[in-house]
Amino acid sequence: MKKNFWFSSIATLLATGCIVPLIMSSSGCGSSEAAISPPTGITPQKFADAVHSVMMADRTVYATHVVTNLKKQSAPVKAEEYWEDTPNSIPLPAQMFRMGASLVDENPNAGFSYGLRSKWPLNEQNHPKSEFETKALDYIAEHPGENFYGEEELGGKKYFVAAYPDRAVAEACWSCHNEHPNRGDTYPEFAKDDVMGGVIVRIPL
Amino acid sequence: MSKLNQKRWQSTLLFLAINTGLGCCLGYALLAPTSPVKGLLLPGKTTHGHYQIELDCSACHASDMTFAQDACIRCHSEELKLASDTHPASKFNDPVNAERLQVLNAQDCLTCHTEHRPENTHSMGVSLPLDYCWHCHQDVAQTRPSHEGMAFDSCGNTGCHNYHDNTSLYEKFLDSHYGESDLLEARSVRAKDFSTHWRESHPDRKQIELVQADHGLDVQERDVALEPILKEWTTTAHAAGGVNCSDCHQTADNDTVSKDGQWKDEVSLETCGNCHPGEVETFQIGRHGMRLASGMAPMQPSMARLPMHADALHRELTCSACHSDHDFNSTKAAVDACLGCHNDSHSNAYSQSSHAELWRQEMAGELPSGQGVSCATCHMPRTLVDGKVPVNHNQSASLRPIEKMIRSVCENCHGLQFSLDALADPNLSLNCYSTSPEIRVESVEMAHRWFLEKELKRQGRKQQDPLIVPPLK
Repeated sequence: MKKNFWFSSIATLLATGCIVPLIMSSSGCGSSEAAISPPTGITPQKFADAVHSVMMADRTVYATHVVTNLKKQSAPVKAEEYWEDTPNSIPLPAQMFRMGASLVDENPNAGFSYGLRSKWPLNEQNHPKSEFETKALDYIAEHPGENFYGEEELGGKKYFVAAYPDRAVAEACWSCHNEHPNRGDTYPEFAKDDVMGGVIVRIPL
Repeated sequence: MSKLNQKRWQSTLLFLAINTGLGCCLGYALLAPTSPVKGLLLPGKTTHGHYQIELDCSACHASDMTFAQDACIRCHSEELKLASDTHPASKFNDPVNAERLQVLNAQDCLTCHTEHRPENTHSMGVSLPLDYCWHCHQDVAQTRPSHEGMAFDSCGNTGCHNYHDNTSLYEKFLDSHYGESDLLEARSVRAKDFSTHWRESHPDRKQIELVQADHGLDVQERDVALEPILKEWTTTAHAAGGVNCSDCHQTADNDTVSKDGQWKDEVSLETCGNCHPGEVETFQIGRHGMRLASGMAPMQPSMARLPMHADALHRELTCSACHSDHDFNSTKAAVDACLGCHNDSHSNAYSQSSHAELWRQEMAGELPSGQGVSCATCHMPRTLVDGKVPVNHNQSASLRPIEKMIRSVCENCHGLQFSLDALADPNLSLNCYSTSPEIRVESVEMAHRWFLEKELKRQGRKQQDPLIVPPLK
């Protein structure tokens, strides 16, 4: 099991171009990281941090250089929630992120899973789904700038879980959320840098 | 030998002979592919979707007769992909679903679709009690108050929800079609465009005249019977598109260019597929051609579970069953071919329907092309695929579930509310949609109300004092 994890971890990082910086920095893993840590290689936390950084980079590039750029140019193509049924439209950054997570779910060799969660989701499927997730979302909302790491058992299997704050970085993000018809009565009015939810990365141990 | 012993011997030999015979039959049943004897081994009647191939055990089972996990996916994966499956197995790979999977294993098709259990099987081959949504969506009324008190065995009612395909039922789709009239002002069936694309990709192929037919026979050798065949062929799209005799009768299977020189009177499915790959592929997914896909003899109406005309019982369903040889008349194939076999109330009511009247008018030139509604209009829809408009030859595709017909067929002419009502009314299915629906599906109005309430709340929030806006945490 462990062997599979390390193999798939390295394969994934190779694919995302992260292996070189990780190998170089692998000696810096802290003692607070996951308990199971072989003498060489990377820890689950390092792996989670790495894949999270790739996810965020991809989404930022998509949001900034695709979605916002199209908007700036007043292009006929725009990001739209119901893009599948709307001519000249592309997915919203959050949907692009979610679609990536679905593809990883379909890949039996991926070796990990990830997803967006929020205490105030517009999509009901993004509610926290375990006690750990609820605790993690509370923590990252109350401790701006911090991540939350831990272990969780689901269906008899142990997982290393990392939760990263998902912040309101672009005006388009919070204005769309604040205006969305699916927002509930107690939905917060989001503003710049607010933690709107979290990215959960889960790695089997 | 005493008479008693002789009798005993005779009885023993008879016993051995009967058992050897039975053993041979069962052995043949087990070993011979698709042998009819295998019917004796079926543990129960299979569903409408699978009974045609039920004797090909290997279509679904491994050699040890355990269920082959990929069997469903082999045939249905493309369909699920096109349906934007709302419950794909991969969705449940997220470990947070582990407990849910213990209750209802949504990653195993057999959890909901167990075969050979007719006593427990509902429509769409669902073998679970129909309130299965309850397992995961018990709290639906908390987020959808309009669903309060609704029975969980009604979730799957026509016009409400499907487990896999909700492309015509999701909230925004329903809302965006709210208020449409029963009959849309602009209504027309897409024009098929195979011949246009053929001409573009084969500029060297020109109309072929009778004298250019390359059947290889001298005038003296030509049978009298050949003349009408040739004349028939010269009037077809094949002759117009430069498709000569040898293109069908001397072409190697799966090869569009070379000719193997062997004249074949019979034209195989593969030969048709050389130029019509999409049509042949979809034909073999549907109930007319699925036996061919399993390497079995062609389907015959005598094998059908639906009522068929007696004089059609032993026809073999290949391309030429509907597109007669050398004629290839797609107009005949669109109605006459269907009604030549099908003898159920839906088929027999067609000629009295308003759809049929429109078809007759189009055929008489009284209506422009695309205004009539034939059997093929609804059952072999023309949808846009990669910029082309092929005819889907899987006539089951728009029927499972029935709401699939909305996007591919109904919405070409009818509003969504009318379409859902019509599809939900069982009497209309029987009378071939000859009368107005007497059932009102509530989904469209519910979705519209949902969005309307949200929009009113949004406007209300905008007018509020910013100081009383709910805080972030």
